[in-house]
Amino acid sequence: MADGQGPYSQKVMEHFLNPKNMGEIENASGIGEVGNPSCGDVMRLYLKINDQGIIEDAKFMTFGCGAAIASSSMVTEMIKGKTIEEALKVTNETVAEALGGLPPAKIHCSVLAQQAIEAAIKDYKEKKGK
Amino acid sequence: MKQIFVDYANACPVDERVFEAMKPYFMEKYGNPSSHIISKGNEALTALDESRKTVAEFLGCESFEIVFTSGATESNNLALKGVFFQNIKNCKHIITSSIEHFSITSPLSTLHRDFGVKVSYVPVDNNGFIIEDAFRKALSADTAIISIQLANNEIGTIQNIKSLVKIAKDFNENIIFHCDACAAAGLINFNVRDLGVDLLTISATSLYGPKGVGALYVRKGVLLKPILEGGFQEGGVRSGTENVPAIIGLAKAAEIAKKEMSQRISYLSKLRDRLMDGIEKNIDFVHLTGHRTERLPNHYSFWVEYAEGESLLLMLNHLGVMASSGSACSSNLRAKDEDELIASPVLKAIGVPSDICTGSLTFSLGMKNTEENIDYILEIMPKIVERLWQMSPFYLDRIKGHTPKLTKADK
Repeated sequence: MADGQGPYSQKVMEHFLNPKNMGEIENASGIGEVGNPSCGDVMRLYLKINDQGIIEDAKFMTFGCGAAIASSSMVTEMIKGKTIEEALKVTNETVAEALGGLPPAKIHCSVLAQQAIEAAIKDYKEKKGK
Repeated sequence: MKQIFVDYANACPVDERVFEAMKPYFMEKYGNPSSHIISKGNEALTALDESRKTVAEFLGCESFEIVFTSGATESNNLALKGVFFQNIKNCKHIITSSIEHFSITSPLSTLHRDFGVKVSYVPVDNNGFIIEDAFRKALSADTAIISIQLANNEIGTIQNIKSLVKIAKDFNENIIFHCDACAAAGLINFNVRDLGVDLLTISATSLYGPKGVGALYVRKGVLLKPILEGGFQEGGVRSGTENVPAIIGLAKAAEIAKKEMSQRISYLSKLRDRLMDGIEKNIDFVHLTGHRTERLPNHYSFWVEYAEGESLLLMLNHLGVMASSGSACSSNLRAKDEDELIASPVLKAIGVPSDICTGSLTFSLGMKNTEENIDYILEIMPKIVERLWQMSPFYLDRIKGHTPKLTKADK
């Protein structure tokens, strides 16, 4: 974390300044929206899942701090191409680790990312079940 | 890359003239003012006396009414605890406002918790002004101390202290009125006699002086119990060998501020207005915080819907602009856990809805800023805001029925 660039790792800053997969997926297979009431952050995750249960595309829209935006960006990268079972194994720790660590007070942002996956997949299953 | 510092409410560079004045007191004139029988000590004492006179002139009082401290936090603590411990039995109620600095509210919480003192936090209106009716109602026969800031460093609003002092003294002339003038010193004209206060805090940093030094004005006749006890320096109110170089710096900074005040005010307010007009004209969903005109001349604060404060700060910083935010997320990044992240109580007090006020931003300008600096900020701000809006799910929902204008970024 000690790169002299402030409280965030270089990886966090990269994903914050140039987030991957930002935007909306029209007619997404599943959408998960989760929020953190303590700081007002909201993360919305869109998934496009094919018939084999593979996540073909993932996009996000997030209102929040640098860590929340970087976690959103990172999580979309981590789950693209994975099956929904594999995606559900992504945890807040693996997101934070992939970002080169997060300040302790910002761990909840990576938790938000994990919750967003769970919520989006739940939404997908519900829609599919119909 | 350009480095544009617009966070003068939190830190000021030391004025070159101040630094020059301080220099000899580190390695040549290093005497201890208490050892004034010997020449080195006498030299330091003479300088200390002169500094006290200069600071007294800056505040409009007598030299013996100035106590030098380690800064605003100590001055505020000394004012509140000093009056309280001097007269514990008769000090049952203290009045303050809902937008004071932590160096006021923390000691007051302690006095409440440990000594059962009742503390009233008088609310402010949407502009950040103390609500006078509520202030009047808070006064009681038990009220012993009142502490209200002169100006707020987060929203810039300047209080009508004179009127509040009159209300308080008309009610009971024995009430001790303290005023934290740190954010205002050097930026607006005032003097302690005219304000009518009994105690007043300033610090050197906001005057382009060094960090770690400040003063407390203590009106003749007001008695304080010291917090720091020892060798009876500062009339016994604040023991500890005086930080002579820093005090010299404070005095020089005060002298320059007094002389150049009107120039500063006109220079800074012109830049501020350029910034404020530009942002309000070119960015949608911007809301001013604090009063539009009764505010510090260097100060512009606002919040933007659908954009979060820490993200705004990070993007500005990435492009070389250093400002500040009252957002919870940026409040304390070194906190041990998220429970320590608290959104600004000031924004809450002025009624900004807590779920959307996370986008607050404060630009506090200084004498090193230029018109080019302002134009650069005006050039990048709409792009930054637009970028965050593009990421924001709330904004997406909003624009599905409404297209905001972003004239500058559209070019």
